[in-house]
Amino acid sequence: MAVMTYRDALKSALADEMERDESVVLIGEDIGLYGGTHLITDKLIDRFGKKRVIDTPIAEGGFTGAAIGMAMNGMKPVVEMMTWNFSFLASDQIIQNAAKLRYFSGGQVSVPIVIRGPNGGGVQLSAQHTHSLEGFYGQFPGLKVVAPATPEDVKGMMLTAIRDPDPVIFMEAGALYGTKGEVPEGDATVPFGKARIAREGSDISLISYGRQVNLLLKVADQLAKEQDVQAEVIDLRSIRPFDSETIIESVKKTNRAVVVQEQWRWFSVASEVAAIIQEHAFDYLDAPVERVSGAEVPAPYARNLEIAAFPGVSQVIEAANRALYRKG
Amino acid sequence: MPMMIMPKMGDGMEEGTLLKWLKAEGDEVSQGDAIAEIETDKVSLEIEATESGTLARLLVGEGDVVPIGQPIAQIGADDGSVTASATGDAAATTALADTGADAEPTGQTVVNLKSDAEASEPAGAGASTATSVAPAATEAPVPTGGSGNGRFRASPLVKRLASEHGIDLTQIDGSGPGGRIVKDDVMPFVTGGQKQQPRAAQPEPTPVAAQATPAAPAAEAAPKIATSSQVSAPARHVGRPEPVLRDLPRIRRVTGRRMAESKQTVPHFYVTAEIAMDAAAAFRSEVNAQVPEGGARVSFNDMIVKAAALALPQHRDLNASFEDGELYDHVNIDINIAVALDGGLIAPFIADADQKSLGAVSRASKDLIGRAKNGGLKPEEYQGGTFTISNLGMLDVDEFIAVINPPQAAILAVGAIVRTPVVSGNEIVIGQRMKLTVAADHRAVDGAEVARFLQTVRGYLERPMTLALG
Repeated sequence: MAVMTYRDALKSALADEMERDESVVLIGEDIGLYGGTHLITDKLIDRFGKKRVIDTPIAEGGFTGAAIGMAMNGMKPVVEMMTWNFSFLASDQIIQNAAKLRYFSGGQVSVPIVIRGPNGGGVQLSAQHTHSLEGFYGQFPGLKVVAPATPEDVKGMMLTAIRDPDPVIFMEAGALYGTKGEVPEGDATVPFGKARIAREGSDISLISYGRQVNLLLKVADQLAKEQDVQAEVIDLRSIRPFDSETIIESVKKTNRAVVVQEQWRWFSVASEVAAIIQEHAFDYLDAPVERVSGAEVPAPYARNLEIAAFPGVSQVIEAANRALYRKG
Repeated sequence: MPMMIMPKMGDGMEEGTLLKWLKAEGDEVSQGDAIAEIETDKVSLEIEATESGTLARLLVGEGDVVPIGQPIAQIGADDGSVTASATGDAAATTALADTGADAEPTGQTVVNLKSDAEASEPAGAGASTATSVAPAATEAPVPTGGSGNGRFRASPLVKRLASEHGIDLTQIDGSGPGGRIVKDDVMPFVTGGQKQQPRAAQPEPTPVAAQATPAAPAAEAAPKIATSSQVSAPARHVGRPEPVLRDLPRIRRVTGRRMAESKQTVPHFYVTAEIAMDAAAAFRSEVNAQVPEGGARVSFNDMIVKAAALALPQHRDLNASFEDGELYDHVNIDINIAVALDGGLIAPFIADADQKSLGAVSRASKDLIGRAKNGGLKPEEYQGGTFTISNLGMLDVDEFIAVINPPQAAILAVGAIVRTPVVSGNEIVIGQRMKLTVAADHRAVDGAEVARFLQTVRGYLERPMTLALG
């Protein structure tokens, strides 16, 4: 086990896989000479050369389309979106081509591409640079969507993503690049479609993914300390495929659930989780499933408004208390 | 958005039953419009809209028992925002954005669920179809229990636990919103810490009896807590029709509780006297002959109320309450009259009956009885009172004893006026006689005082002109 940052864990997954498989190439804006806006690909161009670490013009639709073509021809490109906000320009390529070519070709062509970059907000980048798009991409059959929260998972899931035969939307928690954690040595892949129990508990299930998992751990500590409530924290990790089983098992045990997400409430991951719980664990529910989501506004720039617009400890505690029928 | 709550309609009120919605979701209401009928401990009332606007959401169902202060409906301003968000159309987002970070969308999102199994298939691993997933089959079909009281009566978990452990949910008070029974409310029964006492736990019919061996009498079977299959109904004879579980109206429940409490905790004693009503009958005929066509006629009951009201200030012990170990004297004379309703009993009172003329007593009495039967009494008209009169005379009852209406010290039960042979001097003549029985709380009053009270009442009724003087 080595302790490393989320950023270094991610970089080591890319480097290991490039070492292991020559068909793996990186492509994106400023990822080569500049080392990447978030330094995820720092110095990889020195190690693997500019044929495998490809700097592109500012043209997301163009380079994503190019990468899809490379993938159709046997390469395994890993595309960097400087942030997922810019993927709207490439979304036609992602949704209309990457997600559908396997179906269109009757299985003759696959698109083993990984599109990665930071997702979400919370760092004062304002409305156009603060989208959380996991629900959006999670809508499309043909795409896989993951959102790891820890250094261990970001490495293990990147290894899995690159080896996957289909397009993977890899949503990094931008706010967590500098956070540290233990990462197993070697080829420790983490499978898709398997949620992680970040903390065991018996009284209420707190469910999220990405950076909100850390928020939930904080909430769970506070609930334990102040109210003697043992919360179980579930990190979904994988949005599509989705691990219903872990959630249902947890809710059957705790009888209550709060789903937390940074994205907007309507038509969201939390909506889906709530629906799955009521379908499969209805007779175990003691209270309606609570959702805590981003405010239904374009993300504000002002710090005080930004804090108010995203889930925080107090909102989650309030939701938990409602589900527990406590005054708090 | 303004919320309407279950109002507190009287001191003793802790919850009310929402009987009936008079308006539907989406209806326009003006401030003051009656929107719902509610039933409190003793009466049903209409409650009025506190605001004008669209009735956006009804938060409780008909039949739900709602604690006071709990929201029952949401009224939206007339700006259309409610409708927009409720239907989840595109305008909803705008409407919500306006309300800021704490916006609670009111619409229910209906998502056609894509099966997770399909989602987890690699793309192209097979034809996946966009069908909705069938909800997991529930393991045990859950009867609605005895509750049947509406949608929010118990959480799904509670209904399942009730079914598995044979818990009768009608016996449990819910602590959740709208009286919802939640996990904490039933866990004591599930974990076995508490045994539920079914309403009518009886010895199980023993199989021995069925085998016709009279040597083993059924009565020896130890009483058992009823099992789930029979929890809500008494044990019964094999081969006879099943009794039908009746939905207990709230008023019946409350009457039952109060009467049981009275009979179990108040040391009742009874004193009966026979009153000659010949003069009273003549007086009444004379008075009513003066009443214009269609006017309110004085009843015998009005005369008895007035007689009691005049007698009580002279016998204060009967106009008292024994509460929490203390005896309270009432300075006012407020006479409750028991009124039989379809679902139970209610006893509104005539305030200061001793101060009112016989005519005023008569008019107040008719008004209260009329409104009691329509459910139109206000709580302050039946919560309180200092002495109760219950009259079954019109139903040809010779005499009866009534249960004290707590915390009052006494109740007067009135029988029919009957024509009967009586001794007058040395002759037997036909007289009109009526039996009055007082049930009194022995902690507040003794037998001799009750007898003297009856003598005083007799004095007024046998010399009825005195009723007009008082």
